[in-house]
Parts: sequence; C-alpha cells; structure tokens
Amino acid sequence: MTNGAESARAGTKLDVAGALKDAGLAALVAFGLFSLILGLRTEQSQISQQLALIPRPFLLAAAVAIVFAGRFAVALWFRRGVDIDPGALVPAGLAAKLDRLGHYAAPALLAFALATPFLFYSNRYILDLGILVLTYVMLGWGLNVVVGLAGLLDLGYVAFYAVGAYSYALIAQHFGLSFWICLPLAGIFAAFWGVLLGFPVLRLRGDYLAIVTLAFGEIIRLVIINWQSLTGGPNGISGIPRPSFFGIPFSDDEHGFAAAFGLEFTPTHRVVFLFYVILALALLTNFVTLRLRRLPIGRAWEALREDEIACRSLGINTTHTKLTAFAIGALIGGIAGSFFATRQGFISPESFVFMESALVLAIVVLGGMGSQLGVAIAALVMIGGFELFRGFEQFRMLVFGLVMVAIMVWRPRGLVAHRSPSVHLVERKIIPAAIVEEARR
Amino acid sequence: MSAPLLSIRGVKTFYGNIMALAGVDLEVREGEIVTLIGANGAGKSTLMMTICGTPPPREGQIIFDGRDITRLATHEIIRSRIAQAPEGRRIFPRMTVFENLQLGAAVTEFVHFDEDLERVFTMFPILAKRREQRGGTLSGGEQQMLSIGRALMSRPRLLLLDEPSLGLAPLLVQQIFGAIRNLNEREGLTIFLVEQNAHHALKLAHRGYVLVNGLITLQGTGRELLERPEVREAYLDGGRVPRD
Repeated sequence: MTNGAESARAGTKLDVAGALKDAGLAALVAFGLFSLILGLRTEQSQISQQLALIPRPFLLAAAVAIVFAGRFAVALWFRRGVDIDPGALVPAGLAAKLDRLGHYAAPALLAFALATPFLFYSNRYILDLGILVLTYVMLGWGLNVVVGLAGLLDLGYVAFYAVGAYSYALIAQHFGLSFWICLPLAGIFAAFWGVLLGFPVLRLRGDYLAIVTLAFGEIIRLVIINWQSLTGGPNGISGIPRPSFFGIPFSDDEHGFAAAFGLEFTPTHRVVFLFYVILALALLTNFVTLRLRRLPIGRAWEALREDEIACRSLGINTTHTKLTAFAIGALIGGIAGSFFATRQGFISPESFVFMESALVLAIVVLGGMGSQLGVAIAALVMIGGFELFRGFEQFRMLVFGLVMVAIMVWRPRGLVAHRSPSVHLVERKIIPAAIVEEARR
Repeated sequence: MSAPLLSIRGVKTFYGNIMALAGVDLEVREGEIVTLIGANGAGKSTLMMTICGTPPPREGQIIFDGRDITRLATHEIIRSRIAQAPEGRRIFPRMTVFENLQLGAAVTEFVHFDEDLERVFTMFPILAKRREQRGGTLSGGEQQMLSIGRALMSRPRLLLLDEPSLGLAPLLVQQIFGAIRNLNEREGLTIFLVEQNAHHALKLAHRGYVLVNGLITLQGTGRELLERPEVREAYLDGGRVPRD
C-alpha cells in the first residue's frame, strides 16, 4: 500500500495552483450550503414577538475557511483529491486478517450472547439493550430471507412485525392463550399477510416492488391507527400478558418463579428469561434459514435473486418461490413482533413506523446481503451504536450516517461480503467479493 | 412419418401492440438438429421464449410430444422436458459451477443427478476443474458450456439453444458446435438452435428455417439453404463462399 501511494506522489509534482482552485470551489460550495444554515440565525424578539434575523458572519467565515483549508490539504496530498482508491485505505493484510477473524467471530459472538446475562446480571440496562439487539438480529435475519436470499427489496417489513405484535396482543387478551401458543399463531398470521402482499407484487421487481412494499407497510400502520374498535387506534393496546416460565409467572408471591425455585424475588429473572427466549428464537431463525438455504427452495431463492429469467428457463416456479420467501420472512418478522409485544407489555402504532423498516433494511445491507454473521454484527453495531451515541443527541444521526458512508466506501458489499457456497465438494474456497465483482465487469 | 416432436402452428406473439411473430409454422422431428436463422430483431429469440411460454403466443398452437403446451405456465413447459440455454447464457454469477448445475436439475427431483453430472463433466471437462468456482469468474466460453451443461442436467428431450456462439472467439465457437453435434449424433438429442452465425449453424443442422420480420420465408435442409442465393446474400457475406 505504501509503495503505491509513494509512487503516486512521486509521479506528480505538487500542483499548488490546481489545489488552490479545487479548494476555492469547495469553499464556494461550503459558502452556498452554510450561508443559510450557519450564517443566519432566527430569534424571536422578546419585545415585539417578531422573528429577527441575526447574521453570524464570523461563524460562516470560519466554516468556509475550514473547508477551504481541508480541501487544499487533501488536494495537495492526493493529487486532485478525487481518485483515492478506497481499497488502498484498508491494507490487504488487514483485510485478510479480518477474513480469518470472521472464522471465529460467530462462535465468539454466540458465547458472548450466552454469557451476557451472567456477566451483566446486575446491569438491567445492558440486559434490556441485549434484548433489543437480539430482536433486531432476528428481524434482520428474517428480512435477510426476503432481501438477501430472494433478492426482493422489501421496504415495508415492519408491517409483519406489527401484524405479529398485534396478533399476539389481541389473541392473548381476548382468548387468554399463553405466550407459547400465541407465538406460532402470530407468526402464522404474519405469514398469511406475507402471502397476501406477495400476490399483487409477483410481477414487480426492483424499484417498483420497493414502492409497493413501502405502501403496504404504511397501509398496515394506517389501518391499525384507524381501526379503533379492534386495535385501540393511536392509544395502542396496554396490559398485554407477560410471558410465564412454562406456566409459572414471574411474580412476587408463593406461586411465582422465584418461590417455585427457592430464589429471592427480583424482576431481573424475567429479563434474563426474556433474553434467553429471544436468543433461542433468533438462533432457531438462523438454524432454519441455514437449513432452508441448502434445500431446493433456498437454492431457488438465491437463483431468483441472481436471474429471474434463467430461473424460469430452468423450470423453477417463480410464483411459489417468491411467495414462500415472503411468507417465511413475514413469519420470522411476526414472531419477533409478538416477542416485542410481550416484552413491552404495551404496543402502539408509534413502534411500527417506516423508520423501523429502514433500520432493519440498513442492518441487512450493511451486514452484507445474505450473510447471517454480517447481519448479526450489523445489528449489534447499529443498535448498540445508537445507544452508545445517545449522549450526542441530534448529532447521533450524523455519526450514524458517517458510519454508513464509511462502510459503503470500504466494504461496498457489506461487512461480510462473501457468499459461501451451500455445498462443498472438496475444499472450501472463499473468493472475495472484489474478485467476483471484477469478473462480472 | 411419425408426428414431429415439436410443432409450432401459426404462432403470433405480441409485445403490447407490436407483433413480433406474425404466424410462424415450424417443426422439429425427433433426433434432428433444426436451426433458425435471421437478422437482428427478426423474432428468433421471441420464438424461443414463446415456446417456453414467456410471453405466451396470442394466437396459434405449440404441440410438444403430442401435447398442447401453448397455455401452460413456463415451469410446466420445462417439466415436460424441454430445456433451454437462454440468450446471453444467464448463468448465476455468484453461485458456483456445481450449484448452477444443481439448479439445472431442479425439475428432475435429483433422481439421476450424479449420472447427469458425470455426463456434463465428460462433455465439458473444464467445468469439472472449475466446479467450486463462481459462475461469474468463468470465461465467456466456459459460461456458455455451463449454460448448456445446466440445461442438460434436466435430461431434456428437446434442447433449445439461443445463440450459443454469441460473443465467443472462433475457436470456442467450433468447440461449442462440436459439442452440440456430439450430443445429437451420440445421444440422439433433438436440438433446436437459434443462430446469427448462419454459416456454422446451417452446416451443423439437418434442416433450417429463415425468419424475416416475424415470418418464415425459407426452409429446407441445411445444405440447400447454404446454396440459396438469397440466404448467401443476406446472411453469408454477400455471396462469397466462406472458408472455414
């Protein structure tokens, strides 16, 4: 890497005039951008109750100067500053090490997840965060079936999450069924809605599919808001039954979990139980997905993602293939939703906005489409990072955006970008995404 | 003579309001190589796709092995043992050679998978070498072999090949055409070949059809068509005798 950079620098003389011009242009753009954002400030006058504009020329000048100086330095350093090879920014050795590290990442993460309730037993905040992360891991894996494996861009995934949550809440409240019976029921309900969405969008692909699924997500949310008699509208549903330990409630009396096992009562028992429930559900999701990938249906999903016409010319029924992908994805989303409902004890349409779909999709894309490990890491980074930067308040989104841009620059196909073949005959050969991409050109 | 394996009768196919096939009649008999030649946009690939039901014809009939397949869904047509190596190869780039071949066998329920795999690997030994490699990393010729091999994995009675010579070097074209001839002569496989490379295709085929603007204008044996002045004029380099 250093060799390349040095030779590139040696090959060109310091082009001061060019760099100045470049920096001037950047400063001009910065001036245009910042003149309204930073240069003017509105303030309500205390006396006349009118808005007054207060110019802030020094702040504006400072911002423009910073951009100018920064751009000048960059332009001098890397010739024109535009042809930076992003690959060169991550040394080849490091990339290889990361790939090797990936080998141990999955067992290490699993071990860490299993140990979390013991390590942080007294830290309720970490446990709650862990549950949240695992919920998103599960949602990410569910969406991964639809987007990562079958290649159907779904922007309304939150709809199934919502259907699952409301199904659980309503069934549990009206019929008094237990968590373990409601869970699959809610999942099946969501899967049914997945098929329902699947039918009209069978002929759509790419952008058009994305728009329709986006609309579907909104429709579900609007129906929930407006169907007050059933869903409680914007007020949501409260008092959703909490899960019990196979029939033993987590309560502070002689019939409770603590009494039954001779333990001292603490609310942490329930949290730990919930943590393991979602961990088990997520692992089950992972297991099922990995198995499905090896079956003809999973292979057909991947073939569908690669080339729909070729798929049809091989006699694969694309209708079935798409519908099963939607149904399985929705099933997983629905189960995650019903877990969400039982954990929160309260649900409202507020929890099922488009932002959730976007977040889950971001997890899948950043993690590397089709990669189970990548999705898990991405969920940890995104949700964990979200919490970590809570102190930054509105700058949180800025950091979030920067991280996303950085990942897309350095690992354009996601954190874990290679797709490992589902069958190996002799030995395992991992071909980096970069080479595959090269070959496709 | 026995009934043809594939018979296409008065087929008209439309894209919206545009008529791509204006009533095509064509027959492929068991054990034959039949080729369809024509210029760009004549409707060759459309005919190929119409046989597979995407899009289905608006008028006319397609009979395969005595059964009317005109209105069947694509996957049902393929299940009646017609295989296609589509135009532009269309292999799955991120999947390995082996996985590509597995998908080719999707309709057979993998009953005789190992046997078929062996057959494809014997025919194209390079694929055996590359079987753990991703489709996208193969060369053009290898991708074409994979496309044909993938189609063969379903044990078809009729193999549809859409421009297998597209974008290949002359040497590779010869290799591919040699493999097609072998398939026909040794295994008796019936092949319907759509080609722009009229000279090679007509030399290989038993019979040929010429498609112009969605209509068959000429038909005959491969040799006959090669001699026809209008074919030479339009498709074979202005009437000069091409040399191999």
